[in-house]
Amino acid sequence: MNAPQARSGDYRLPMHRRRKAVNVMALALSLAAMAFGVFWLLWILLETFRLGIGGLALATFTESTPPPNADTGGLANAIVGSLIMVSLATLIGTPIGILAGIYLAEYGRGGWFAQVTRFINDILLAAPSIVIGLFIYAVVVAQTGGFSGWAGVLALAVIVVPVVLRTTENMLALIPDSLREAAYALGAPKVVMIKSVTLKAARAGVVTGVLLALARIAGETAPLLFTALSNQFFTADLSKPMANLPVTIFKFAMSPFENWQKLAWAGVLLITLGVLFLNILARVLFRKKD
Amino acid sequence: MNIDVNSMPASVAAATREVGGARGRMVDAAFGWLVRGAAALTLLVLLGIIVSLVFGAWPSIKTFGLKFLITAEWDPAREIYGGLVMIYGTLVTSLIALVIAVPVSFGIALFLTELAPRWLKRPLGTAIELLAAIPSIVYGMWGLLVFSPILAEYVQQPLQEWFGDVPLLGALVQGPPVGIGLLSAGIILAIMIIPFIASVMRDVFEVTPALLKESAYGVGSTTWEVVWKVVLPYTKAGVIGGVMLGLGRALGETMAVTFVIGNMNQLSSASLFEPGNSITSALANEFAEAAPGLHAASLLYLGLVLFFITFVVLALSKLLLMRLQKAEGKRT
Amino acid sequence: MTGEAAATLQSVKISVRDLNFFYGKFHALKNINLRIPEKQVTAFIGPSGCGKSTLLRTFNRMFELYPEQRAEGTIEMDGDNLLTTKEDVALLRARVGMVFQKPTPFPMSIYDNIAFGVKLFERLSRSAMDDRVEWALKKAALWNEVKDKLGQAGTSLSGGQQQRLCIARGIAVRPEVILFDEPCSALDPISTSKIEELIEELKADYTVAIVTHNMQQAARVSDYTAYMYLGELIEFGETDQVFIKPKRKETEDYITGRFG
Repeated sequence: MNAPQARSGDYRLPMHRRRKAVNVMALALSLAAMAFGVFWLLWILLETFRLGIGGLALATFTESTPPPNADTGGLANAIVGSLIMVSLATLIGTPIGILAGIYLAEYGRGGWFAQVTRFINDILLAAPSIVIGLFIYAVVVAQTGGFSGWAGVLALAVIVVPVVLRTTENMLALIPDSLREAAYALGAPKVVMIKSVTLKAARAGVVTGVLLALARIAGETAPLLFTALSNQFFTADLSKPMANLPVTIFKFAMSPFENWQKLAWAGVLLITLGVLFLNILARVLFRKKD
Repeated sequence: MNIDVNSMPASVAAATREVGGARGRMVDAAFGWLVRGAAALTLLVLLGIIVSLVFGAWPSIKTFGLKFLITAEWDPAREIYGGLVMIYGTLVTSLIALVIAVPVSFGIALFLTELAPRWLKRPLGTAIELLAAIPSIVYGMWGLLVFSPILAEYVQQPLQEWFGDVPLLGALVQGPPVGIGLLSAGIILAIMIIPFIASVMRDVFEVTPALLKESAYGVGSTTWEVVWKVVLPYTKAGVIGGVMLGLGRALGETMAVTFVIGNMNQLSSASLFEPGNSITSALANEFAEAAPGLHAASLLYLGLVLFFITFVVLALSKLLLMRLQKAEGKRT
Repeated sequence: MTGEAAATLQSVKISVRDLNFFYGKFHALKNINLRIPEKQVTAFIGPSGCGKSTLLRTFNRMFELYPEQRAEGTIEMDGDNLLTTKEDVALLRARVGMVFQKPTPFPMSIYDNIAFGVKLFERLSRSAMDDRVEWALKKAALWNEVKDKLGQAGTSLSGGQQQRLCIARGIAVRPEVILFDEPCSALDPISTSKIEELIEELKADYTVAIVTHNMQQAARVSDYTAYMYLGELIEFGETDQVFIKPKRKETEDYITGRFG
C-alpha cells in the first residue's frame, strides 16, 4: 500500500510547472477574449457615432425623406412613424404580457396549462422576428388588402408580449410567499393581494421589463418589412403604409446614393442612442429600487 | 425590493374594504378569467403562426414536397423553387458564428468571474450587455460599410494567398474576396451572439457555490483547473442553455445577415467567401415584391422551415436540460 | 500574554508567530502565537465570529482567493514560512488539506472525485490509481459502502457519506495536515459520530486541526484545545486541562456556558 506521508517538491514539481504554464496561458486567453469583446463594442459605437453625426442636422428632424441625390431632406416621417408604432405596440403588448405573467406567477404555478404557456412563451421569445412579420402579413395584410401602420403595430406587439411576460413572471416569482400569506391573513381577496402587494413590490422589475421590450422593438426591422412597409411621405395615418426608421435605413443603406447613405447613418445613430438610453434607464431604475 | 411592511396592512385593508365580500369574490373570479385569457392568447398566437405559415406555404409544399429542402434551384421566371441555398446559408453562417462565439464567450465569462478586479466587473459586464442591446440593423450597416472592406483587405485576401492552393482548405477560401459572403455574415453573427452566450455563462459561473470552488482550490488546483474541471461541469446545463440561446438568435437573425451575405441564390462552391443567401435574407429581400402564387408560397415554405429549425433547437435544449438534471441524481 | 503552546513533549508541526489578519480594515486576528503539535488533533473553539475559521484558513492560504483579505506574520511548517514561501500555493494546498462545513462533492463519479486531486500532481497507471482510490476510501471509512458503485455520481450519496467522500478526496493527495472547518455542522448525529471516530483514527498519520462550535465535540475528539475570543487566542493547552481546569477566567466562562 502507499506510504501515508509524502513531501512536496520532488515528484510533484515537473507536472506542476506545466500546469502553471497552462493556467497562465488560459487566463491570458480569457483576457484576450474580454478585450476582443470590448474592442468590437467600441469600434461599432465609434463608427456609428462618427458617420452618423455628420448626417445629423436640424433638417433631419424637420424634413421628410428625400428622393435620391436630393440636396435636402431628413428623417422626420420615419422618426415620427417609429415613435407612433413603437409606443402603440408597447401599449398593446404590455398589459397582455403583464396579465399573462401574473397568471403564471400567481395562479398557474404547477398546473399543465401554466407549463404549456411557459413553453409557448419560450418559443415565441426565440422565434425569428421575420417569421412574426410573415404571420401578421398573412393574418392582417393579406386580409385587409394592403400594408398598414396597424399591421406593423401588431407585429411589434407580438414581440413585446413574450418579453414582458417573462420578466413579469420572474419578478413576481422572486417575491416571497410570506408576503402573500400576510395579505391573505388580513382577509384580502386575491385581486387586492396582487395589486397592492406583489405587483407593487415587483414594480421596478416589471417596469424594467417593459423598458427592455421597448428597446428591443425600437430596433426591429424584419417584422416591419412586410407589414408597415415604409412611406416616402409624412403620414400619421395608421391604415396606410407608415414610414419608420429601420426600414428606411435598410432601403437607404443598400442604395448607391450618397445622400441616402448619409441619412441612413444618421438614422442608425438615432436608433442606437435611443436603445442605449432605454437600456441604461432600465438599469438605473432597477438598481435604485434595490 | 424594499417593501415597507408597516404601510402594507393599511393600504391592503383599505383596498379590501373596497373590494371585500361577495363583490370581492366576483371581481376575483373575473380577474382570474382575464389573466387566463391573456395566457391563452399567447397560445393562440403560436397556433396562428403555425397555421398561417402552413396555409400560405401549402401551394409550394404541394408542388415540391420535401425535395424543396435539397434542391438548390431558385428560378422565379420558370417557377422552380428549391430552398437548399438558403437553408445551407442559414446553417453555415450560424455554425461559423457558434465556432467563434462559444470559446470567446467562455473566455469572457472566465475573465469576468475569476480574473477581473472587483471595480472592473460591473462596467465590463455592462459593456458586454450593451453589445446585446445594439439593434441588428446597426450591425448590418456597420458590417457592410465599415467591416467588409477591412475583412476583404486584411483577412480574405491574405487567406486566399496563403491557402488558396492547399487541397481541402483551399476550397473554403476561393471566390471573390470582397468582404461579402457567408464568412462575413458568420463573423458578424458571432459578434452579435457573443453577449448573449457570455452573459448566461457569467451568470451561471457566478452562482457556483464558493465552497465548491474552495474545495477544488483546497486540493491544489490552479484557477484554470477549477473552472475547467469543476465549475464548467457543475454549470453545464446553464452553459448549454446559453449556447442554444445564441444559436437560436443566430438562426433567426435577419438584418445583420442581409446586408453582408450577398443575396445570391446560387450555390456554386463550398467556399466561404462566396455570396450566398440565408432564409431570413431571402425573405427580407424578396417577400415584399413576391408575386402571389408559387413565389410567395415558396418563401413562406422557407419561413416554415426556419420556424421549425428554431423550434427544434429550443426543444432540444429543454430536453438536454431535463436529461442533465435527472442524471445529476439527488443533490443533497 | 496569551497562552503559549504546552506542546513541549510533542514535536511541533505548525508554528504560528505574531499572526495578524485583516478583512479590509477590520483587524480580525490579533497577534496569534501558537504551536500546533504533530500528529495530534487540535481543536479551535470559541463563540461565533471569534476568528477560529479565519485562523484555520490561513494555514492553507484559502484567504488569498479574496483580494480584501490579508495576513501578516509567520506560519512556519517544516522550516518554511507558509505566508512568504516561494513555493507555489497549489503545492502547499496539496500538503495542507481542508474539509468544509458542507459536503462539496464535485459533479463527477465517486472514483473521479477521489482521483481528481491525485491527477493534478501524479501520473499514475490505471491500477495504481485504483489502489490509491481504494486506500483513500478505506482511510475515510467509506470503502465498504461505495466499493460497488464507484462509477455513480458523488452527489448520489447521503450527506454523511458525501462528507467522508470529501475527506477521502483530501487524503488521496497524501497531505501532512488536514484542516476540518466545522465538518459536522450539516450532518445528522449518526454521521457526526462516524466522522468523529474517523478523525481520531486519522491522527495516527496526519496532523489534524478542527474548528468546531460544539464544545462537547471538541472535548471528545481533540488532544489539544485552543479557545479564541474576538480575534485573540485566549488559552491553549491539553484538552483535559482546558476543559477541567482552565487557566483563564474567559475560558471558564465560555466552557461553563455563561455566554455563548
